[in-house]
Amino acid sequence: MSAAVAQQPLPTGNPLVRLRDLHVRFVSRDATVHAVNGVDLDLATGEVLCILGESGSGKSVTLRALMRLLPRTARVEGGIEVAGRDVQAMDEGELQDFRGGDVAMIFQEPMTALDPVFTIGQQIGETVRRHEKASRREADARALELLELVQIPSAKRRLAAYPHELSGGLRQRAMIAVALACRPKLLLADEPTTALDATVQIQVLLLLRKLQEQMGMGVVFVTHDLGVAGEIADRVAVMYAGKVVEEGPVGPLMGGPLHPYPRGLLGATVHPGMRGKRLTTIPGAPPSLERAPTGCPFAPRCPEVEEPACTAAVPAPRSPVPGRAARCIHVVAA
Amino acid sequence: MIPADFQAIDRGGPGTPLLALDGLRKHFPIRGGLFGRTVATVRAVDGVTFAVRKGETLGIVGESGCGKSTTARLLMRLLDLDAGSMVFDGEGVGQDSQTGGIGLKDYRRQVQMVFQDSYASLNPRLPIEDSIAFAPRVHGLPGGEARGRARELLEAVGLAPAQFARRYPHELSGGQRQRVNIARALALRPRLVLLDEPVSALDKSVEAQVLNLLVDLKERFGLTYVFISHDLNVVQYISDRVLVMYLGEVAEIGPVDAIYERPAHPYTRALLASRPSMDPARRRTEPPLTGDPPNPVNPPSGCRFRTRCPHAEPVCAEQSPPAANLGGGHEARCLMALPGSGHSQAPRLAA
Repeated sequence: MSAAVAQQPLPTGNPLVRLRDLHVRFVSRDATVHAVNGVDLDLATGEVLCILGESGSGKSVTLRALMRLLPRTARVEGGIEVAGRDVQAMDEGELQDFRGGDVAMIFQEPMTALDPVFTIGQQIGETVRRHEKASRREADARALELLELVQIPSAKRRLAAYPHELSGGLRQRAMIAVALACRPKLLLADEPTTALDATVQIQVLLLLRKLQEQMGMGVVFVTHDLGVAGEIADRVAVMYAGKVVEEGPVGPLMGGPLHPYPRGLLGATVHPGMRGKRLTTIPGAPPSLERAPTGCPFAPRCPEVEEPACTAAVPAPRSPVPGRAARCIHVVAA
Repeated sequence: MIPADFQAIDRGGPGTPLLALDGLRKHFPIRGGLFGRTVATVRAVDGVTFAVRKGETLGIVGESGCGKSTTARLLMRLLDLDAGSMVFDGEGVGQDSQTGGIGLKDYRRQVQMVFQDSYASLNPRLPIEDSIAFAPRVHGLPGGEARGRARELLEAVGLAPAQFARRYPHELSGGQRQRVNIARALALRPRLVLLDEPVSALDKSVEAQVLNLLVDLKERFGLTYVFISHDLNVVQYISDRVLVMYLGEVAEIGPVDAIYERPAHPYTRALLASRPSMDPARRRTEPPLTGDPPNPVNPPSGCRFRTRCPHAEPVCAEQSPPAANLGGGHEARCLMALPGSGHSQAPRLAA
């Protein structure tokens, strides 16, 4: 680990990310989609939070809101605070310093996230020069150091490679190198291993965890895969229909979810040793988000639904033990 | 013309494999230069031999570039073979029926395929009912009967015909579209269904619904499946036998329990060890394999896995390992499993 990329953790007690009552609506002429409906999340420095959810649950929209990467049609409301700064209040110039400096993001598909007409070395160097006003020579040296950090073999030669010349796993590592170029305090990861093969996925997950520990970064990692969350998360937030329905430390949550949705999800995930048994499924499909949910959004699919308590109002989070919470009326608060 | 309303009869008897493949090969030339000469060859499928037994589900696993999808397209004859032979229930595929063969049109009626991308594989301008009825009409079923069958199949895959029959693909969710694709594949009453990553694009809760449906349909229609996936847990759940591919070759094949409990090929072991543990208390610290799968353009000599194999020895570079028989239909192409192969970890030859 080189000193150049090491980083001092922030004083504890001050969360790195503080989301309060985040709402995101996509408004168009025909319809309004309520993608995120009141999300509260905290992330401590040096912590890995997985946002787990199916497509349309609002997990990626929540992630993008942290960096203000949403399109103009999005109406974002609520408090977004990252590293003590109000993201909503930033102007365009501040945002440019903030993105890539304090916060960086890695995406699912490195082929579209990297620029095809610049070499890997140029793309890392550009980030370093933009944020740290480094000279070209310093930037090149840093690029090489970063490629070694993300364990790209024959790094020196690969600096001159274009993205299409690398395999999928190496491209993903190169994108991680670009993201880490300015030692961000917060790394946002949007399903970065979903497109990779199993043997490569585990390599990239282990690399991310190692770098996160070395650099003391906070990481928000979006995934739909329970297994991936189990490998990388400290804490997990399960999203459904734009709400966090359950949140807690990864071990207890995966060992025994409180909310019926993650319980169903765990039952529907194929494990070894389920051969010949019928898979338990969650009947139906997630609700359309053209109207903001007025009751528990999972109620129509829930095996334990109780009318009218479940549909009368959105259940508030209840916490049976410190650190865990679920939005379900069946959970008994301590 | 074969009547389109009944599944074709079993000709070879239960002992004959439904589909026997021998030495399947497909190379793709890469052209370049001034005159478009072949500058390199992608050896996508390179000498693949296996059989699909009647009534079984054969799982095919492997990483991207290993040739599993090319194999599926060869089985469907969407691609022409470079070399090798295919025998369907005792009849040579693509040969004249005078010489004991089966023509491609008849073959394709009995073998159908479901693709990964549920949206791209449906005609966006046809209501789903018409998409399903299309093939039976092509094969000679009158329009009314074809539509009746489409509705019956929609019912069978769990989509109420009254509600769904006239809908277009964009009006359905991913899971519903994949059900339509499955219904369409069944419309010709096939005997063999090739499923190429049928649940990979679906959410977990929907994936379980579709897997349950596939199990039910197999029972109800007496089907045989070839199930291609990169998800080892899903393959273990649904398969009777499993075939592991690596760089265009069969690395290991055997009954599902043998492959998952006693994997003999180091690649199979690494693949199995790469699965997330689902238990945060038992996290790994070292990846089971380093590096990406090599490019199938210039595969390594000898054993193709040797460049990533922790047990590789000089002898591995010399020859492509023949299949070592481990009993019970379990075969691995690794010198460590082959007695007397010259590898230091190979079992001794019995005297």
